[in-house]
Amino acid sequence: MNAPESDWIEVRLNGKDQRVPPNQNVAGLLAELGLDPTGVVVEVDGNILQADQYQVTILTATAQIEIVHFVGGG
Amino acid sequence: MKPLVIAGRTFTSRLFVGTGKFGSAEVMAEAIRASGTEVVTVALRRVDLAAPERPDPLLSLLDRDRVVIVPNTSGARTAEEAIRIARLSRAAGGFDWIKLELTPDPNYLLPDPIETLKAAETLVKEGFIVLPYINADPVLAMRLQEVGTAAVMPLGAPIGTNRGVRNGDMIKIIVEQARVPVVVDAGLGMPSHVANAIELGADAVLVNTAIAGAGDPVLMAKAFALGTEAAEMARTADPGGESQLAQASSPLTGFLGTD
Amino acid sequence: MTYLDSSFAEVLAAWPVERVLSLLAGADEGAVHTALARGVRSEVDLAALLAPCAAPQLETMAQRAASLTRQRFGRAIQFYAPLYVSNHCVNGCTYCGFNCRNHVARRRLTVEEASHEVRHLADEGFRHILLVSGEDPKGVPVPYFEELARNLHPHVASLNIEIQPLSIPDYALLVQAGVDTLTLYQETYAPVEYARYHVSGPKRDFRWRLEAPERGAQAGMAFLGIGALLGLTDWRVEAFYVGLHARYLQRTYWRQHVSVSFPRMQHAAGAFEPPFPVGDADLVQILCALRLALPDAGMVLSTRESAALRDHLLPIGITRLSAGSKTTPGGYAEDTEAEGQFDVQDHRSLAEVMAAVQARGFDPVCKDWDGLYHEDVLTPGQV
Repeated sequence: MNAPESDWIEVRLNGKDQRVPPNQNVAGLLAELGLDPTGVVVEVDGNILQADQYQVTILTATAQIEIVHFVGGG
Repeated sequence: MKPLVIAGRTFTSRLFVGTGKFGSAEVMAEAIRASGTEVVTVALRRVDLAAPERPDPLLSLLDRDRVVIVPNTSGARTAEEAIRIARLSRAAGGFDWIKLELTPDPNYLLPDPIETLKAAETLVKEGFIVLPYINADPVLAMRLQEVGTAAVMPLGAPIGTNRGVRNGDMIKIIVEQARVPVVVDAGLGMPSHVANAIELGADAVLVNTAIAGAGDPVLMAKAFALGTEAAEMARTADPGGESQLAQASSPLTGFLGTD
Repeated sequence: MTYLDSSFAEVLAAWPVERVLSLLAGADEGAVHTALARGVRSEVDLAALLAPCAAPQLETMAQRAASLTRQRFGRAIQFYAPLYVSNHCVNGCTYCGFNCRNHVARRRLTVEEASHEVRHLADEGFRHILLVSGEDPKGVPVPYFEELARNLHPHVASLNIEIQPLSIPDYALLVQAGVDTLTLYQETYAPVEYARYHVSGPKRDFRWRLEAPERGAQAGMAFLGIGALLGLTDWRVEAFYVGLHARYLQRTYWRQHVSVSFPRMQHAAGAFEPPFPVGDADLVQILCALRLALPDAGMVLSTRESAALRDHLLPIGITRLSAGSKTTPGGYAEDTEAEGQFDVQDHRSLAEVMAAVQARGFDPVCKDWDGLYHEDVLTPGQV
């Protein structure tokens, strides 16, 4: 039940512009990207989301989304 | 031997290890185990959305019962960026230890003292356990302790240079004045370097490049563990100290006569 | 009296006299050699250098102390003059010439008279002035010192006060007025003995006095001077405490510079005989041990000591000297009948002491500090 592409909204995802389906929540976005929700941290418009907010946070147009995870570092 | 206590938590190993620059996650995990370390640093980065994501093995390879995971703020060039990374790290799973690594200079990766102090002040107020990476600046170390950092981490030499402790005099002053543990971090290339740092009075050392970049990182991790332990053992054994001959000069107490 | 939440009082509580005595008794030649070889790193090392078994090493200690002082301070010797503004006192301290029970001539100077005295001292060359007083809150209250400091500040390089312990707000007033140094001797760090010597008056409050240097630091004093009155109790114990106190202040108030003094009991008007007299060799040992324990601390010697002894002690680690001192209020500009706090033994003038210091290869300095950039205090003032 995908919305037509003309309805898709533009967001900024990890510094790059992306088009995503409308009315999608963060959980859905992570699933689309093939990411395990427990292995990442998500920040939307400067707000860091707790894991229990993924289902209820709907992406709006021009949202700035950062998805980060831990890697090796000194 | 006396245990190391930082922010109320006790550690028996004084060797901290970074997880960057390893060839593979598996080698990294084995080297961490071989080092006996109880404090491990990690970094926070954007997920690469272009590459097919595989389960992130990093955290799952680290035994969180045995080691404290300390995210660093590498990549941050300003206090705001560092604070953001710290908050993201905390949200990622309750990591409230944070290594402040604020290096606007990409060539030498030297830390910005002013942004570091600003970030430290904010993060301490937000309840983080802050370990700031700094140049060996004794006054900066005191200012950071005043705002409440749990330790100070002066560099021995610039990151990745493996040159050992190049600012021993300043490290000694920091150690003398410190009221929190002093962790010499960066530039330590050989076990003799970490031993030197401990002998100068450091409470712990942090090593990454020298282990990750060695031909056999697991063996090198063991070597560093032994170096750290040897130095700490010698310190506990109460060394006699170098002998300084008194300068030849006319007698100063002759006037007292014979009592 | 509001005590501090955290202060040297806690450190002192962890070091009762018995514990110090035990450390002193446990010292041996080996401990002395270790302390000399690697420096004074712990209380054990300090105790070793103050113990009787260190006496045979006195010359070595003196050489080391001299060398360390040269490294840190060069050859500069800073001169100051004490100005007693009042010998009225509300306290009854059994050992002191100003004891409220002593029937002696009392005098207090007006601000004008005190300023006149300082003009006299400035003419002689002094730029560092120590304002001393008995505890005389009716006669010389805090506003008196404030006014005096404002008057004097433009004409001197540094103002030091040695008066009763004050609160943080009162110290802050004095700092605003131009005082940069706080001198206060605990007299004795042993609370039981302290209570015996200070029989009446506000000075009975041990902890209020103990925490005063810290209040001064918090109020903005740049320099702190501490010490014990040698002769009141076992000098080895008191010197140990002075070392502990100085080290604590240096570490906790790292922006302040700490000095240590060695007032040694002499004759006083009430004919008090010090029960634990400190001999010259003992004084040398104290000086050396503290210099080795506190390489960065100033070490101050007053005119309580004779000219000959002061000259001998100079190279061992002293960095500040008084000269031409009068310990009676008004003693500089005129002859006075008022009682002095102690008998001065070195009666040489500033010029004479400076010459003696120079003859021994040291550099006499009359001005070593300037509060010029302390903006709050750039008031014209008048003397």
